[in-house]
Amino acid sequence: MSTLHNLSTRHPVGTIVILALVVGFAWLIFAPWPPGLEQVMGRKRVFLNAIFSGVTLGALYFLVASGFTLVFGLMRNVNLAHGSLYLLGGYIGYGVVDATGYWLLAFPVVFVVVGAVGLLLQHQVFRRMEGEELRQTLVTIGISIVLADLMLWYWGGQSYQVLSPQWLSGPITLPFVTGVRPNGQAVYLSYPLVRIAILFAAIVIGLAMWFVLNRSKLGMLIRAGVDDRDILAASGVRIQYVFLAVFAFGAGLAGIAGIIGGTFQSLSPGEDTRFLLASLVVVIVGGMGSIPGAALGAVIIGLAEQIGLVYAPTYSVVFTFLIMAVVLAFRPQGLLGGRR
Amino acid sequence: MKRLIGAATALALMLPGAAVAQDTIKIGILVATEGAFAAGGADGIRNVELALKQVGNMAGGKKIETVVAPTDTTPATATRMARKLIEQDKVDIILGPLSGSEGIAMRDYAKTIPDKTVINGISGALETTWVDPAPNFFRFNLDGAQWGSGLGEYVVKKGWKKVASVSADYSFGYTNFLGFAVGFCKAGGELVERLWVPLGSSDYAGVIAKLPDDVDAIYLGMGGTDSINFLNQYQQAGGKAKLIGGSIMADPTVLSSKGKAKDALIGTPTSGWLANDNPAPEWQAYIKAYQEAFPADKRLPSPSLFGVGYHVNALAMIAALNEVKGDLSDGHKKFHAALSKLKVKTPLGEISLNENRQASGSVFVTEVSANADGTLSNKMVGRVDNVTQTLGMTADQFRAMGLPSRTTPDCKALGGK
Repeated sequence: MSTLHNLSTRHPVGTIVILALVVGFAWLIFAPWPPGLEQVMGRKRVFLNAIFSGVTLGALYFLVASGFTLVFGLMRNVNLAHGSLYLLGGYIGYGVVDATGYWLLAFPVVFVVVGAVGLLLQHQVFRRMEGEELRQTLVTIGISIVLADLMLWYWGGQSYQVLSPQWLSGPITLPFVTGVRPNGQAVYLSYPLVRIAILFAAIVIGLAMWFVLNRSKLGMLIRAGVDDRDILAASGVRIQYVFLAVFAFGAGLAGIAGIIGGTFQSLSPGEDTRFLLASLVVVIVGGMGSIPGAALGAVIIGLAEQIGLVYAPTYSVVFTFLIMAVVLAFRPQGLLGGRR
Repeated sequence: MKRLIGAATALALMLPGAAVAQDTIKIGILVATEGAFAAGGADGIRNVELALKQVGNMAGGKKIETVVAPTDTTPATATRMARKLIEQDKVDIILGPLSGSEGIAMRDYAKTIPDKTVINGISGALETTWVDPAPNFFRFNLDGAQWGSGLGEYVVKKGWKKVASVSADYSFGYTNFLGFAVGFCKAGGELVERLWVPLGSSDYAGVIAKLPDDVDAIYLGMGGTDSINFLNQYQQAGGKAKLIGGSIMADPTVLSSKGKAKDALIGTPTSGWLANDNPAPEWQAYIKAYQEAFPADKRLPSPSLFGVGYHVNALAMIAALNEVKGDLSDGHKKFHAALSKLKVKTPLGEISLNENRQASGSVFVTEVSANADGTLSNKMVGRVDNVTQTLGMTADQFRAMGLPSRTTPDCKALGGK
């Protein structure tokens, strides 16, 4: 509270502008739009949908990118095979759902299997080249190419969607007014339930990660390792075990994201590099190694993609990279990245 | 003396090499293996293999050797890979590309290599053979506008007169939509709204929200994984409108995907260059050959539009090589002439080219229907024969309409609303 107070006394104009923006945005979301505004911005339903889709897409990006950023933060290794873990998780998830019919069952199975692949990668590959960044980068690119070809060989070139369960299919009505019928009855936003569930799951996972990192002993070790790995190792902690745990967790998270991505988008060869690129952009925007940064970056990139697609389809591809370029120009360490 | 022996040895070493080079013709298959059309690209390669296998890898008395150059549907990559084929792999003929904008890039690249030949794969942008075409670029498949023929009239007859559209925002998307819109508007239809989405988008939720409610049907002009992502999200959003498909919306690459997204397509009319259940004997023989040539898990249930395109263009290449007896030594002059005059027998009937080196032919209107075993396939519901590049108009009328774009054709000018 005191920092907020300081901020408002030090930058009175800036605070007022930000407050006005927040209030204006809330009004845009909650109030029914007057006809004049609808003429300029299009229907409110479209706007609300773009915002929601952006946030849910951001949730998916967050799940992929948080593992990536955690691994980077602790081990300083850029795992360019992260996208392959995403796609592998999606394919295995499809297999589990197809065989058993239980969507939720896919999550623990994939988390364990892809996590084990991550363990293997860390134990057999990265441990042997600690601190050699160029070698790690090249080796992970190589691994991603090999994995991509193996997956193409096994699952083929066609695309897959993971079947979402009956209780998650179809739309639900959300308490946001999109318009008013001539008879005065309010029309509420209807939105795909599965995307709301994904958003909810991402928030829960994000909060859990924050709690583990900031409130548990393991989290303490990880944070200490992020700050100074050598001192932590010197004080008797078996840092290799911490590395293994973090890498497996990050890989498992990427695998879970694969199921989610396969549920509301689709899985096919090439998705691995798309999501690797997305998580790189998210992490660069949010700040390397920062979980809240990954969340912020993911939401910004998700919103930019969706709002761009709806209001300026020609340039929607450019927005993402524009944001990245601006962040790199003015805050190279990322929005929430610490200076190192 | 030593030098003489050296020279003789060098000559002797070179000679067999030179002789071998003359006995083989090298083909570069330019095909998209990444991005939205990856499955279609793989089917394209399969179908070139099939065509070559049927002639024992020989054409015009020479052995045919192939190199695959993978692209990602962008014109920049297509040009780079084509250059690699010509300069590094030293191919004689490029067979490809797959995607519309790549085709336009290849038309321009073809002009820089006048003594080589480019035969299209399945790219379908109008401009490729309509605006300033290259003398050594040949297209034995119909273009996107031709594929759209008959569909507009068909849906108006069904009573779907008010339509909104979502199509891919690139040259093929415009061309294919134009083919539909010309027939639709001439039959008195009304285009309420045209939405365009970038090729290769994966999240369409925002666009789905933008679709108007008070329309009879929605035209979807996407393909490959884009179609699947759209349909998946359309179902999740609870969309229930009737759908009309562009030529690659309900292609076998989409209908064979795993999952239930494709079920939204049941009952959707589309149009294109082929119909799975076309009873013509040459078509049935081709399907049988395709199914026998590859094991069931390494192919599609029946060839896709992409595959058929590569197959037909490969057949044309083989026929023309036979005609010139494999002689490309005159800077491909005889070969170009043979291709221009060629009447090639294909699974889709006999095909020949017009003065722009562009094919004319039949277009089929089909409807997606569910089979007893839960799979989907296209059932033929109509056909239009002799569809020309100008869609039956005179060249001037066609030109007056303008080139396909986000706003062309103008529906009102064609008699629609």
